[in-house]
Amino acid sequence: MTPPLLTVEGLRTHFFTRAGVVKAVDDVSFTLARGEVMGLVGESGSGKSITGYSIMGLVDPPGRVVAGSIRLDGRELTTLDPESMRKLRGNRVAMIFQDPMMTLNPVLRIDRQMTEAILAHDDVGERVALGRARDALERVGIPSPDERLKAWPHQFSGGMRQRVAIAIALLNEPDLIIADEPTTALDVTIQGQILHEVQKLARETGTALVWITHDLSVVAGLADRVCVMYAGRIVEQGTTAQVLDTPAHPYTQGLLDSVPSRNARGARLKQIPGMTPSLIGLAPGCAFRERCARADADCAETPAMSVDGNDPGRGVRCHHPIVPWTQPPR
Amino acid sequence: MDAATPLIELRAVSKRFVKALDLAARIANLAGADLREETVHAVDRVDLAIGEGEVVGLVGESGCGKSTLGRLAVGLLPLSGGERRWRGAPIDGLAPAAAREQQLRTQMIFQDPYASLNPRLRVVDIVGEAPVAHGVIARRQQVEYVGLQLNRVGLDPTLMRRFPHQFSGGQRARIGIARALAVRPEFLVCDESVAALDVSIQAQVLNLFMDLRRALSLTYLFISHDLGVVQHISDRVVIMYLGRVVESGPTAELFAVPNHPYTQALLAGIGRVEARKRTFEPVKGEIPSPLAPPPGCHFHPRCPHAMARCRNEAPPLVEFAPGRRSACWLNETRAA
Ligand SMILES: Nc1ncnc2c1ncn2[C@@H]1O[C@H](COP(=O)(O)OP(=O)(O)OP(=O)(O)O)[C@@H](O)[C@H]1O
Ligand SMILES: Nc1ncnc2c1ncn2[C@@H]1O[C@H](COP(=O)(O)OP(=O)(O)O)[C@@H](O)[C@H]1O
Ligand code: SF4
Ligand code: SF4
Ligand SMILES: [Mg+2]
Ligand SMILES: [Mg+2]
Repeated sequence: MTPPLLTVEGLRTHFFTRAGVVKAVDDVSFTLARGEVMGLVGESGSGKSITGYSIMGLVDPPGRVVAGSIRLDGRELTTLDPESMRKLRGNRVAMIFQDPMMTLNPVLRIDRQMTEAILAHDDVGERVALGRARDALERVGIPSPDERLKAWPHQFSGGMRQRVAIAIALLNEPDLIIADEPTTALDVTIQGQILHEVQKLARETGTALVWITHDLSVVAGLADRVCVMYAGRIVEQGTTAQVLDTPAHPYTQGLLDSVPSRNARGARLKQIPGMTPSLIGLAPGCAFRERCARADADCAETPAMSVDGNDPGRGVRCHHPIVPWTQPPR
Repeated sequence: MDAATPLIELRAVSKRFVKALDLAARIANLAGADLREETVHAVDRVDLAIGEGEVVGLVGESGCGKSTLGRLAVGLLPLSGGERRWRGAPIDGLAPAAAREQQLRTQMIFQDPYASLNPRLRVVDIVGEAPVAHGVIARRQQVEYVGLQLNRVGLDPTLMRRFPHQFSGGQRARIGIARALAVRPEFLVCDESVAALDVSIQAQVLNLFMDLRRALSLTYLFISHDLGVVQHISDRVVIMYLGRVVESGPTAELFAVPNHPYTQALLAGIGRVEARKRTFEPVKGEIPSPLAPPPGCHFHPRCPHAMARCRNEAPPLVEFAPGRRSACWLNETRAA
């Protein structure tokens, strides 16, 4: 078996705030192969973005990676010096942010921004770089890319800015792209255009993707594998079919049940009672137990990730999974 | 007034914005850009009638004018053209007292629950300010009244002394709803009210909207780009594209047999949780900019059926079947 492109092991990223320690990411482990697409789902505040920032080396104080290892192609990133990390970003790894203005510089024309991103990592001429920038804009569905190259960020609508930010992430055909809910505000036709390009990139150049979203229909159509996060931990992982067709964790089941298209039109939607616990001073035990119908005395103890004996990619953190857990993989 | 008179009716309403240069643009100009003001036709002669008790879903891509149309409907923005009617009577240019009363009948729940709640006000004031100011209740009734409002949206009244940042996203959405309902409106515009929420919290808030509709016989214009949400909650759907309505009709029929090519493209793009590893399709043709919409039918650069006349003449929105309207020249060809 070829070694994975990305291995995250026991990652803990905490924020040391005045109110207390926020354990935004608390013991997260997963692997990702080349060309693989992983969907990372979970409610807001569950630690999805901070997991992405940790991999990119972009966690700012008062936050810090306090434990764990992140290896890209065998190279440890948590101990990499800032300069090498900077070189890696935008070249081998790229991130698409929830807010496109985190990528775009308001005072630089689009052509400058894009060619600089290419020339910083690649020894090609200005003309070649410009051609590549133009092609990238076309791929994300920007009309008249030649003229648009000469435009400034504020001349684009929000949706178009996001597409430019995505184009910049695609420029150097990185090994790994982390996309943080980038298509949530776009209509489904434009979203489809972007997912088409991203899918093609994964297939043709072997770029691996971590796609962060709370839209389960996007995950269903795009991802090979899914990790579900809750209160800083991955509570379930497996292939897309495993997680969405035979969810093992009560939270995953609750998420799936509340999707409108899975409920009769106009009927009351099934909902998970209660709300997400605060990540400050989270008591030991399963963080979902206040909201869980299956909770019992066992759940006062924090459940470990239990991996299916026959399938190391399939795991759940629950004392009483919904599907029988020792069964061989489907 | 007969039963067919709509509760609210917009006739050929338009909104044009002159886009003044923002800070980024002025900085860019210092850096050598040559940027000038531009005019955006955010809403272009839109007709929309909503019956009493109806829930109308408004769908369209980012920047197509949904929020602007919603603001025009509740009178938060002056019209650049057209007129508005309430139960058949014109409501633009009412005398101040009547205008204020009208203003209370229509409320908007905003897109961004973070930005729309004043961070320095306590919930009791956020929810209780307008009803006191408009004489819906006396000031001494405020605490009791706000308690009732919070109860109704499923929030614990003992939390009314807290500030917005002390609540979760779903709770903030409920505060926004309580604030709008506190002045006892009959018509609500909900602008992407569940977009920022995760599916599980979204389900709670959608259920609340449906319960309130029944309990208070409310009428909604429900703006969303999430077709699953719109399909679930709406009786009727209106589809916008670059400032114009391109199709409208009863939800079940429109989703079963979409008429307009843009609607067809939208519905083809809907993801289903049941789908596995779809192959996503690229947009065919060129995606136009809202700043310079193409002449004729705005959709023609992307339309697989575009004909010569589509490039020059804008198709009118016509009723091609009972209760169903579409703005596409194909309907004329089919009828002929
Ligand atoms: N105050 C304003 N000044 C200038 N232009 C504006 C203003 N408000 C809106 N616009 C422009 O009008 C058009 C329609 O905007 P609107 O906010 O109605 O879009 P929307 O359909 O609600 O989009 P979204 O789905 O992103 O919320 C856009 O091109 C927008 O840039
Ligand atoms: N700069 C910060 N300071 C303190 N807490 C933070 C900071 N950034 C994020 N957090 C907290 O970390 C947790 C996870 O955040 P995030 O990864 O952004 O969630 P999401 O899953 O919505 O992307 C949340 O509880 C959030 O409040
Ligand atoms: S560990 Fe217990 S409380 Fe947590 S999800 Fe499983 S059954 Fe529910
Ligand atoms: S009017 Fe013409 S271009 Fe527009 S949607 Fe119909 S066929 Fe397509
Ligand atoms: Mg996030
Ligand atoms: Mg809007």
